[in-house]
Amino acid sequence: MPPDAPLLEVADLKVHFPIYRGVIAKQVGAVKAVDGVSFTVNPGETLGLVGESGCGKSTTGLAVLRMLDITAGRVVFDGTDITRHDRAAMRPFRRRIQMIYQDPFGSLDPRMSVAALIAEPMIVHKLAANAAERAERARELLEMVGLRADMASRYIHEFSGGQRQRIGIARALAMKPDLLICDEPVSALDVSIQAQIVNLFQEIQAKFGLTYLFVAHDLAVVRHISDRIAVMYLGRIVEIADRDTLYRAPLHPYTQALMAAVPIPDPEIEATRPQITVQGEVPSALNPPPGCRFHPRCPRAVARCKTEEPQLREATSGQSVACHLV
Amino acid sequence: MSATTLPATPRAPFIAGVIRLFREKPLGAIGAVIVLVFLFSGIFADQLAHFGVNQISPVNRLKPPSGRFWFGTDHLGRDMYSRILFGARLSVIIGLSAATIATLISVTLGIVSGYFGGRIDMIVQRVVDAWMSFPELIILIVVVSVVGPGMFQVIGILGLTFGIGGSRIIRGAVVSVRENMYIHATQSMGASTKRVLLRHILPNIMAPILVLFSTRVGAVILVESGLSFLGFGVPPPAPTWGSMLSGTGRTYMYLAPWLALAPGLCLTLVVYGINVFGDALRDLLDPRMRGSR
Repeated sequence: MPPDAPLLEVADLKVHFPIYRGVIAKQVGAVKAVDGVSFTVNPGETLGLVGESGCGKSTTGLAVLRMLDITAGRVVFDGTDITRHDRAAMRPFRRRIQMIYQDPFGSLDPRMSVAALIAEPMIVHKLAANAAERAERARELLEMVGLRADMASRYIHEFSGGQRQRIGIARALAMKPDLLICDEPVSALDVSIQAQIVNLFQEIQAKFGLTYLFVAHDLAVVRHISDRIAVMYLGRIVEIADRDTLYRAPLHPYTQALMAAVPIPDPEIEATRPQITVQGEVPSALNPPPGCRFHPRCPRAVARCKTEEPQLREATSGQSVACHLV
Repeated sequence: MSATTLPATPRAPFIAGVIRLFREKPLGAIGAVIVLVFLFSGIFADQLAHFGVNQISPVNRLKPPSGRFWFGTDHLGRDMYSRILFGARLSVIIGLSAATIATLISVTLGIVSGYFGGRIDMIVQRVVDAWMSFPELIILIVVVSVVGPGMFQVIGILGLTFGIGGSRIIRGAVVSVRENMYIHATQSMGASTKRVLLRHILPNIMAPILVLFSTRVGAVILVESGLSFLGFGVPPPAPTWGSMLSGTGRTYMYLAPWLALAPGLCLTLVVYGINVFGDALRDLLDPRMRGSR
């Protein structure tokens, strides 16, 4: 593998959920949760994936993890096309691609002690010789994520939200993964805790050279942690750019509206700055609008937007946009 | 985990568990003692009994409880205390084994049906529907008329019938546990289906399993008594509590109430003991309930 090759390459990914109706279960349609998404993530990089609820960002994460059936497209991890890998073929990749969940309480078995939770991936992937070694590694990992080693014998309900997320991270790190898919990992936490966990993500990234696919809706968090950011709308990427470029000069009207929706903590600026508001609701992914999917809500839509679907193309260096007007 | 991670409990887990049972769940401990007493009396019925189980004494018919006949005598002059002891053996054997078989069947069917879902679930559930639409009595009568009456037939049929019916409860619990993110997390980690089922699904459905088991023990003993009454249970003169209760107990209810009271009270006690013990066990096995009463 060449040194600058991406660790993860997603090409024209489509995830459709068929809808069946009637006695003979005839397929009457499909929810196009992800409909033609392409991006790459380089080793050691953090790609932020933002968008409003239901835009398909979590589905993209789950598809990369191969926990959903991929309708079309390709997922290439470290040079290997894993799109059609079966259970057995996926096993070695399961260790290398890990997921951090939004709800750390729900994603950790309440019947297992913390030590057992962190040791489990080592058992599954035979990463430790015996129970003593696993216990030792579990303690190390606990300390690494900022918890005390003597917490190992406790159960998950005895911890706070932030501590639980730290345990979830320790459990993922136990597998020595290459890619972490973080699905809204801080949005369930108190604001005061969020920064700590985001910092922890950055610390362990520097320490282990991890690569992140960071799914979130909080633009401040994404800005803090990401190198590049992809903005999704209704199953498609509308803009993908370097972090600073995106926040300084967003090109897509949807990105501009998203950025404008972030309040500025200064009442004078907040009152005088131009407001871009998006009208209406997100259309149904079951029946997305023709042409540009954003055109019914776009303040700048022209006739062409209603018929022709814009493709993602490079607008400036390191910034690609799917919009006819740019 | 090994002792290295749990330095706080140097004692053997079983003894530590018993200590916790008495300290945290005194009621459950009483239940355990009751169950143990009945198990003990069943096992040592030969030594504890004062008279032979079917020893008839025509001069001592329908005698009320006394120093000689602790629980009185029945219409044939048989000592009720001795019969209760031997009945404990039979009833407890039938109750525990049929409930164990039933629980195993329920758990297996419920997990397979609930976890794998889809077509497998559909097929299993329709078979369960079909089975449940037959009254268990009819199935039992058919089996007994083919192979003849006896304890093993009763255990087998009751185990199967209660097991298939109870699988619905387990299936429901599995379906709800399966949807938890920790199951998803374990699968995405690459864990085998066996590990997911045994290490994550099973421990998390322990509460309904224990409740199912403890209620089944009582139910089996009661149903067996009904079967004995109809002549399809363990054939007389075998002293099951059920036949004592519904046979002689009912016939002589006004003349000699102790004939119904003795087996009835024992039955109530055992069922109560198993239930409170099961509840205590359920709470003790749940880490979230640690230290609570």
